[in-house]
Amino acid sequence: MRRAWLVVGRQQTSLSFRLDRRVPVWLLGLAGAALVASVLSVGVGEYPISSLDVIRAVLGLETGNPDHSFIVRTLRLPRVLVALGIGAALAVSGVIMQGLTRNPLASPELTGVTAGASLAAVVLLVATPAASVVALPWAALLGAVIAAGLVYLLSWRGDDSPLRLILVGIGLTSIIGALTTVMVTFGEIDDVARALVWLTGSVYGTSWEGLRALVPWMAVFLPAALILARHLDVLHLGEDVARGLGSRVELQRGLLLLTAAALVAATVTVAGTVGFVGLIAPHIARRLVGPSHEGVLPTAALTGSLIVVLADLLGRTLFAPVEIPCGVVTAVIGAPFFMYLLYRNRNN
Amino acid sequence: MGEICTERLTLAYDERAVVAGLDIVIPTGRVTALVGPNGCGKSTLLRGLARLLKPRGGSAYLDGRSIWRMPTRELARQLGILPQAPVAPEGLTVRDLVAQGRYPYHGWLNRWSEADEEAVARALDITGMVDLAHRPVDALSGGQRQRAWIAMALAQETKVLLLDEPTTYLDMHHQLEVLHLLRRLNREEGRTVVLVVHNLNHAARYSDHVVALSDGKVVAAGTPQEVVTSEVLREVFGVEAHILSDPDTGVPLCIPYALCENSNVRAPSMDSFAAPHTGHIHV
Repeated sequence: MRRAWLVVGRQQTSLSFRLDRRVPVWLLGLAGAALVASVLSVGVGEYPISSLDVIRAVLGLETGNPDHSFIVRTLRLPRVLVALGIGAALAVSGVIMQGLTRNPLASPELTGVTAGASLAAVVLLVATPAASVVALPWAALLGAVIAAGLVYLLSWRGDDSPLRLILVGIGLTSIIGALTTVMVTFGEIDDVARALVWLTGSVYGTSWEGLRALVPWMAVFLPAALILARHLDVLHLGEDVARGLGSRVELQRGLLLLTAAALVAATVTVAGTVGFVGLIAPHIARRLVGPSHEGVLPTAALTGSLIVVLADLLGRTLFAPVEIPCGVVTAVIGAPFFMYLLYRNRNN
Repeated sequence: MGEICTERLTLAYDERAVVAGLDIVIPTGRVTALVGPNGCGKSTLLRGLARLLKPRGGSAYLDGRSIWRMPTRELARQLGILPQAPVAPEGLTVRDLVAQGRYPYHGWLNRWSEADEEAVARALDITGMVDLAHRPVDALSGGQRQRAWIAMALAQETKVLLLDEPTTYLDMHHQLEVLHLLRRLNREEGRTVVLVVHNLNHAARYSDHVVALSDGKVVAAGTPQEVVTSEVLREVFGVEAHILSDPDTGVPLCIPYALCENSNVRAPSMDSFAAPHTGHIHV
C-alpha cells in the first residue's frame, strides 16, 4: 500500500512526525516564489538594480558599482526581510486563531487583537515618550492579550458561532480604534507623528533596527507554534473530542493564544496594522496541503511572507513615485476575500 | 480491567443538579445502554464518566482510581469518548481524522510511530473505512461519517469506549450498521462499550446491560429482560406499552400504545422509541 503520509524519523529516533505528501513540494515552491519576489522587490525603486546585482550585493560580491552595496544592504534589504517576517508571523497567528475557534473568519485584525496591540503601543508612545523602544513589543503583547481575552469572554458561549466572534471582534476593534484616536488627539505633536507611522501598516523606511526587534519574537514563537501544532489539531476537532483524547484544553488553548498574540504584537511593533494576511494565508495554505496543522503552519507562513512582499512591491510600483503602504494593498485584496468568506459561511 | 463505577456522583450545570448522588457499576467487557427520556441525565452521566464534566460531588472510578486523579493522557489511553454529533474540520480526510486518535500516545517530539500506523490501519479496517480513507469527512454520508469518528475512537486503543447517541441522525440501515459494529468491537475485542441510545428496542437487542434513568436516578438496571418491562416504561417514560419477545433472540420488544394518566414525565415524545431525534433538550 502506498503510504498516505510522509513519515519522518520512523524508528528509534527521538524526533518523528508525519506530513501530508503535498507539504514539501509546496514549501519548496512557495520558498522559491518568495525568494524571487524578494530579489525583484530589492531591485525595484528610484534607482533600479538588476536581479543579478541584487544577489551579488546581498552575498557581498563586487558588482562594479560602489553604490549597490549601500542601497541593497542598508536601505532595501531590511525592508524586504521585515516584510517576509511579518507575513509569516501574521499568517501563523491567523492559522492558530482559526484553528482554536474552529472559525474560518477568525484573524488577528477581525478579532480586535491587532487593534489591542496598536492601542497599547500608541499609549506607550504618547503617554510615556521617554519609554524605551525595547518596551514597545511588550506593551503591544499586553494589549494583544487583553484584547484576545476580552473577545474570548464576550463571544464564547460554548458553541462555535463564527459570526458572533466576528461581530464582537469588529465591535471591539471600533472601541479600541476610538480610544486610539483619543490618545492621538491629546498627545504631543511629535509623539503623535511617531505613533501615526505605526498605525498605517507599512514597512516603509524599515531599518536593521526594526528587523532586530522582530527576529527574537519570531525565533521563539514560530517554533512554539510548530511544537503546539498537534494540540491545535485536536482542539480543531472541538472541545469535547479534544478532552476525550487527553488534551489539557485550557492550558493548550492559553499557550496557543499567547503565541498568536505575541506574533501579532511583534508585527505591530515593527509595521503597524497589516490587515487580512492572517485571514487569507491560512485559507490558501489549507487549500494547498489540507487541514493538518504541522503542514498548514509552515505553508501558511511562507504564503504570508509571499503576500506581504508582493503587496509591498505592488504598493511601490503601481503609482510610483507615490508609495501605497503594503497594509492598504493587503486590505484591497483582503476585503473582497472576507466578503466571499462571509457569503460562503452564510450558505453553509 | 476497564471497570467503571461511580460513587455518590453529583453532576450539575450551573445551579441545577442533573445527577445527584448516583452510585452505578458498569459491567466490564459488556455492552451497556443508558436509556431514559430527554433531560433524564443520561448524556450528562456519560460526560461525567468521561471527564468532560467536572462533578460537584463524588467521583467516577476506572479500575478503582478516581478519573480526576489520573493524568489526562493516561486516562485517554484507557477510556475513549465519542461525543454527540461531532463536526470535523472542512477538508479533513478520514485517515487524518483517525490519526488524531493516536494523540494520547505522542510526546513533544515523538509524534508518529509504526504502532500508530498499525492502529490507524486496524481501525480503518474494522470500521470498513479503508476504501474511504482518502475522502474528506465532510463529504461522507451520515453513516460513513459516524463510522469515521468511531474509527478515530478505536485508534485510541482504549479498553473502554463511551458513545453519546451514536445512532442519532442516522437512518434505520445506518443505525443498525453502527450498532452491529459496536457489538462486534465488544465480542471480538472484549472492549467495554457504554452508549446512550434513544431506541429501547436497539438497547434491548444490542446490549447486555441496560440502565434506565429518570430525573438523574437509576430506576432499573440489569439485563434487557429485567429492565424493558411495562412497569419500567410506565415509570421512566410515562407510556403504556406491550412487551413482546423477539422471535429470533428472545430479547424484549416494546410497542408503546398510550400515554400514562397522571404521568410525571414531562412531555414524553413518542418518537423516542422509533425514530432518530432532532432537537434534543440538553439539560
